[in-house]
Amino acid sequence: MFEAIAFYTFSAITIVMFWITVTSKNALYAMSALAAGMIMISGFFFLLDADFLGVVQIIVYTGAVMALYAFGMMFFDTTRDVKERVRAPKLVFLLSGMTALVLVIALVAPILGDHIEALYPMKEGIENPQAVGIVLFTKYLVPFEVAAVMLLVAMIAGIVLAGKKMDESLTLKVEDEFTQKGAQ
Amino acid sequence: MITLSHYLVLSAVLFAIGLVGVYRRKNLLMLLFSTEILLNAANIGFAAISKFYGDLTGQMFAFFIVAVAASEVAVGLGLMIVWYKRRGTLDIDSMQSMHG
Amino acid sequence: METYLYIALFAPLVGSLFASLFADKPKTIITGLVTSALLFVSWVSSVVLLLHVAHGEAVHVKMMDWIQAGGLSIPFGFNVDAVTATMMFVVTTVSTVVHVYSMGYMDHDKSFNRFFAWLSAFVFSMMVLVMSDNFAGLFIGWEGVGLCSWALIGFWYHKESASWAANEAFIMNRVADLGMLIGIFLVYWNFGSLQYDVVFAQVDKMDPTVLMMTTAFLFIGAMGKSAQFPLHTWLADAMEGPTPVSALIHAATMVTAGVYLVIRANPLYGAVPEVSLFVASLGAFVAMFAASMALVNRDLKRIIAYSTLSQLGYMFVAAGVGAYWVALFHLMTHAFFKALLFLGAGNVMHAMDDELDIFKMGGLGKTMQATMILMTIASVALAGIYPLAGFFSKDKILEAAFAGHHYILWAVLWITAGLTAFYSFRLVMLVFFGEERYKIFGYHPHEAYKFMLWAMSPLAVLAVIAGFFEHDFVHMIKAVLPVEEFHVSTGTFWFLIIVTQAIALGGIAFAVWKYSKGGFSEKWRETFVYKLLFNQYYIPKIYDEYICKPYAELSKIAWKELDVRVVDATVDFIATTIYKSGMVSRVVQSGNLSNMLRWMGAGLLILLLAAILYSPVR
Repeated sequence: MFEAIAFYTFSAITIVMFWITVTSKNALYAMSALAAGMIMISGFFFLLDADFLGVVQIIVYTGAVMALYAFGMMFFDTTRDVKERVRAPKLVFLLSGMTALVLVIALVAPILGDHIEALYPMKEGIENPQAVGIVLFTKYLVPFEVAAVMLLVAMIAGIVLAGKKMDESLTLKVEDEFTQKGAQ
Repeated sequence: MITLSHYLVLSAVLFAIGLVGVYRRKNLLMLLFSTEILLNAANIGFAAISKFYGDLTGQMFAFFIVAVAASEVAVGLGLMIVWYKRRGTLDIDSMQSMHG
Repeated sequence: METYLYIALFAPLVGSLFASLFADKPKTIITGLVTSALLFVSWVSSVVLLLHVAHGEAVHVKMMDWIQAGGLSIPFGFNVDAVTATMMFVVTTVSTVVHVYSMGYMDHDKSFNRFFAWLSAFVFSMMVLVMSDNFAGLFIGWEGVGLCSWALIGFWYHKESASWAANEAFIMNRVADLGMLIGIFLVYWNFGSLQYDVVFAQVDKMDPTVLMMTTAFLFIGAMGKSAQFPLHTWLADAMEGPTPVSALIHAATMVTAGVYLVIRANPLYGAVPEVSLFVASLGAFVAMFAASMALVNRDLKRIIAYSTLSQLGYMFVAAGVGAYWVALFHLMTHAFFKALLFLGAGNVMHAMDDELDIFKMGGLGKTMQATMILMTIASVALAGIYPLAGFFSKDKILEAAFAGHHYILWAVLWITAGLTAFYSFRLVMLVFFGEERYKIFGYHPHEAYKFMLWAMSPLAVLAVIAGFFEHDFVHMIKAVLPVEEFHVSTGTFWFLIIVTQAIALGGIAFAVWKYSKGGFSEKWRETFVYKLLFNQYYIPKIYDEYICKPYAELSKIAWKELDVRVVDATVDFIATTIYKSGMVSRVVQSGNLSNMLRWMGAGLLILLLAAILYSPVR
């Protein structure tokens, strides 16, 4: 019962928040709604006994990603309303609705994976973070390291791209030359 | 009783909302937000399947998706800043240099 | 011996390649000299081989594997036995002479080098044809000579008639080659091999119907190459080519390839008397048919061409009645005197600035004594007068026909012998004797170069003496071809000779008598028979009217209705559809990210649907 109440509450809030995110004209509102939605999603993770994932969700998204967006938005003029000219709005809803419908049908109507067997079954008596740690540092060690390297690369890329001297960056110079040539 | 299907339907609905954002918004920042929604929708699905099949693999994938999302934001934001400094706008209708 | 074989085969090829290096250069005498020298080398090798195989042993070499595909195994093999050696001797002799002669004849031609390249290429193809030890190699040579013949008939391709004649020859041969190919397929289908020795060893076991089909289809090929009725029209038109070409290809060698095929496949033809009888009958018919056309023709080279046709008919009669060695013997002697006749005609043409109408000549004997003598020798040999070569071979054919109880064939050939003698001497009389009509037309005839006359002399010698080698020839050929004694009594034998000589001499005498008096009256030309013969029995007209024109009409219908309306329309439709869809879908590539994303979403939807619809779990 508690689970059902929690699920429906979280679902309602998440959907509303995300809906605000995708429709809001103000970037700040959108970002705030997104952050709220992220926290609600971490609630689902706790409901699903994925405690560690839930914590990570809060730390990474609301902590890191949202902070990043917040810093990023300092560069942009966020007080102004975002002006957009939406073409064929019906098509958007048609496409999204159809995709959602298909996904729902696919996921609900026939349970595709009746015969799926657990590769790394959760063991009784072991806390989720511990179990995650065991699997992550045994079976998924290599992907884990690769992900770490990827994050490092992303970090460097972010620094380089948003760095102070980017006006003189090599890629931009080349692009300028291209535009000049194109203009001729 | 909340079953796997509930979670999956929720996941699909959130995904659809993300798609609406991706299709509808013209602002690059909003596009990035929408992608975050898409990724989170997928994460819910993974976590739910992980729970209901008693398998940790789903959670593992969710972790990696979180990592990918973080990197994407870092690089994407960096690129956006560059673009904004050059053009003064984030409207993707202004990026038409690849038209055929 | 293998070395000689390879030299004989490849020397002409080397010559041809050498000459083709200079193909578009101005005339250099060196091409002529080199090709002639290499052909002489080839001739020497052929003679060595001939002397070697005269003892009855064949030279057989396998140069390399050529086609190995599944059950099909065709090696590049060459087999030189008595028949092949004889053919090689004939081919190299005549072609050496023709090469040397051509250096004079083509003296003023700007495509001198090209001429020698093709001429030597022809000799190489002909050598492949006669030396191959299987049907596939024979076919390669067969097509090779066809190609070279096409190029040489159309040598003066800027003349429309020449290129028309070249195409006519080529196309008619293609028609026949289809039959030939079917024959070869049948051989492979039923015998499982294309090697002569393997095929001929199995003849006894074969179903007669199969043999009949095979030989009939092979003979269609022979009919095309040897210009037998009804595929004969190309040979007369082929006279558009340079005269040495006519001498080499359209008299001595290529056109006899059909006869060679029948001789080579004699175990097959021997097993089916029906087809053999057809071959003989057709040969006899063509002999008479062609000789009759030669009687009235006014064109110097066409007369000789019809005579060639007629003599080929003789050879087919000999092959058809089973006297294969006689056919080969006549092939050899005929090659000598007919090539001589053509080369003589070439001299006359040169003297008369390429004038061909014999009624515009006459009295040329005074200025062209040597040519006159050579051509008279050739004509006498052609008429079959003792002791020249033609007598021995032609008389043997008549004897073979008589001994085989084919009296009708004999009678036809006997009359044809008279006709042959008549038209040969009509030609000689009109060209070399009588009043000098050429003066009216303002020609200034002159004798050909000395070395051309000398080049012709070996042929003249052979035309005179070749007959006396009959005994040695029989001895040599016994190992390969069936040689049967003709069962005729001595009295009949002498009777036949005397009768044949009589009609031949009669023909000569009549021609000499009639044309020394000035020939037939003008009224004769109004008669139906003359017109019929002069227009070649209206056969070209019939072909034109009933084959070419309906075919052209049909083609036009196919073009207008089928090609334009169906094929072109379909192709255009596909093209415009793709073009229009491109124009329509060009919008997709707007470069607008938002649009692209939407397209991506549509793709995602489609893929999802597909994944569900084709999901294996369901």
